[in-house]
Amino acid sequence: MTSREKMLNAIRHALPQPADLPDISFQKNVLDLPDQFMLVLQSVGGEAQTIRVEEVAKIVRSKFPEALRIVSTVQAYSDFAEIPEPDTDPHSFANVDVAVIKAQFGVAENGAVWLTEADLGGHRVLPFITQHLIIVLEEKNIVANMHDAYTRIDLAQTGFGLFLAGPSKTADIEQSLVIGAHGARSLVVFMV
Amino acid sequence: MHATLAETFNLDESRVDWHDGALWFVRQKRDRAASQVPEWESLRDLASQIKNHTLARLDTYLLELEEKAQQNGIRVHWAADAEEHNRIILGIMQEHGFRKMVKSKSMLTEECHLNPFLEKNGIEVIDTDLGERIVQLRHEPPSHIVLPAIHLKKQEVGDTFHEHLGTEAGASDPQYLTEAARQHLREKFIAADLAITGVNFAVAETGGFVVCTNEGNADMGAHLARVHIACMGFEKVIPKAEHLGVFLRLLARSATGQPITTYSSHFQKPRAGQEMHLVIVDNGRSAQLGRSEFRNSLKCIRCGACINTCPVYRRSGGHSYHNAVSGPIGIILAPNLDMKKNADLPFASTLCGSCTNVCPVKIDIHDQIWRWRQTVTAAGYSGFFKRLGIKAMQMVLSNPRLYRFAGKTGRLVLRFFPFLLKNGLNPWYKNREMPEVPGMSFGEWHRKNRTKQEAS
Repeated sequence: MTSREKMLNAIRHALPQPADLPDISFQKNVLDLPDQFMLVLQSVGGEAQTIRVEEVAKIVRSKFPEALRIVSTVQAYSDFAEIPEPDTDPHSFANVDVAVIKAQFGVAENGAVWLTEADLGGHRVLPFITQHLIIVLEEKNIVANMHDAYTRIDLAQTGFGLFLAGPSKTADIEQSLVIGAHGARSLVVFMV
Repeated sequence: MHATLAETFNLDESRVDWHDGALWFVRQKRDRAASQVPEWESLRDLASQIKNHTLARLDTYLLELEEKAQQNGIRVHWAADAEEHNRIILGIMQEHGFRKMVKSKSMLTEECHLNPFLEKNGIEVIDTDLGERIVQLRHEPPSHIVLPAIHLKKQEVGDTFHEHLGTEAGASDPQYLTEAARQHLREKFIAADLAITGVNFAVAETGGFVVCTNEGNADMGAHLARVHIACMGFEKVIPKAEHLGVFLRLLARSATGQPITTYSSHFQKPRAGQEMHLVIVDNGRSAQLGRSEFRNSLKCIRCGACINTCPVYRRSGGHSYHNAVSGPIGIILAPNLDMKKNADLPFASTLCGSCTNVCPVKIDIHDQIWRWRQTVTAAGYSGFFKRLGIKAMQMVLSNPRLYRFAGKTGRLVLRFFPFLLKNGLNPWYKNREMPEVPGMSFGEWHRKNRTKQEAS
């Protein structure tokens, strides 16, 4: 007998009484979603900035004047950022200073944005390995909570998906919060 | 065993106070986060019901997970015990001729003692969670499932980093030390052949799994390495993606008081050119599933809320539990793995019930602790003196004359011969004051006063 059969048999012999799967539905108190999103994002160490679409290049340059390598997965930003080839070796992103990525939507209750493999141009490591991260988010694409979020997500359509809320952080040394553990040292969300 | 180890931890009283305070601070953050979600209690109910349903159809959901994961291009392995789990991982390393691996936090791999096994076989294993890296460099096990180095002061971390990473002697600023670890671990991420991660949730419907971190270490490892292995206890499976909405709302708020972890990564398929494995582990879980009074423990999502709130954990430290998972949840999981070795743990509790009150999936933790006391005692694993004491107590409490006599004797002894009880041979006297001696028992007092009142 394989371990698979052994485990499944053992489980079948131990199963408890059937129980129904509950419905998930909550009343929502609809707040100003962009306001709520920005407030929570700040509380988790991120920064939100409302800008006009055409200002992205200018503001990225002014925020990071010393950046040597700026990478984006948005074709429209090719005038100020490098758009990496699809089959780029992920290790080669080790020296990226700034990455600019467009998110599908944001979640007001926790300040997270949802990114899929397509939004990352297939470069899954990019939002982690870059020193600084900029996310572009359309204000109209903010949902109230995680239940609403999952109604917008079809995991079968992507190889990888990510909720990202704030910059990388740790409190593993004496519970002192330190921003910039292994992932991006800063996160700015441009609300357009 | 727990009592002896706790005694060692208690030698440094100021450290115990600090440890106690640090964990209580996390508990308070959890309370603030929970109170900001009006439907919090309904979420706990939902989470518990989803887990009830899943446990009752576990075989079906595991098969669905396997099928969908395979369709996604993930290779699925089944491991009946820790040894098989470890052999599967070594096998994958050897098949590729790999020597270097990075690992993000996985309590399952701690439970299986994967690191020493791989190191014995010539593999370099680097733990990449900052807290886990700190304890790994110090050759210690983690003392907490979410905060692995919570038992250490920054000066100790500074000394460890000075020795191993070449930071300045005496430097203890967390910002500086974290930056040093970031640089050190970046090299390890870049050089690793293979990455291991844990699994927070595996979704049967989609054949994928979710990994949550704040540091980003799981992703740095998994997205750079040629091969990614994710290891899960079989109870991590949930039916549908929409259920993630419930669990992700509960997990980080319960763990650290954050509204969500910084990264909640949904792995569905390997990236182009990458190999992805999922190892599904039993290691005693099917036995626990069969114990109706303890199976609720399999609902656990490993947030650590019960640990942070536990008055015994906070003042005895994680290492006193001598098990990969410490605190109240460790107490109810460990005896299932080895009842004899962990027979002391169910007694490391005041049964105050705070753990049960904060559990996001509503496990009846303190009731299970109480039931484990009976189970290990019935199996003959509790200590001889504890059994003798309980027997004597039972005799005294079930016999009113004997009870009155014992009460009187106890009061006389404490008043006139206190040294008979206040000495090192009485385990109850350790770390405790004996009570003030009342002049009479309540029974005597009541008889006297009732008579007076009725007379007036």
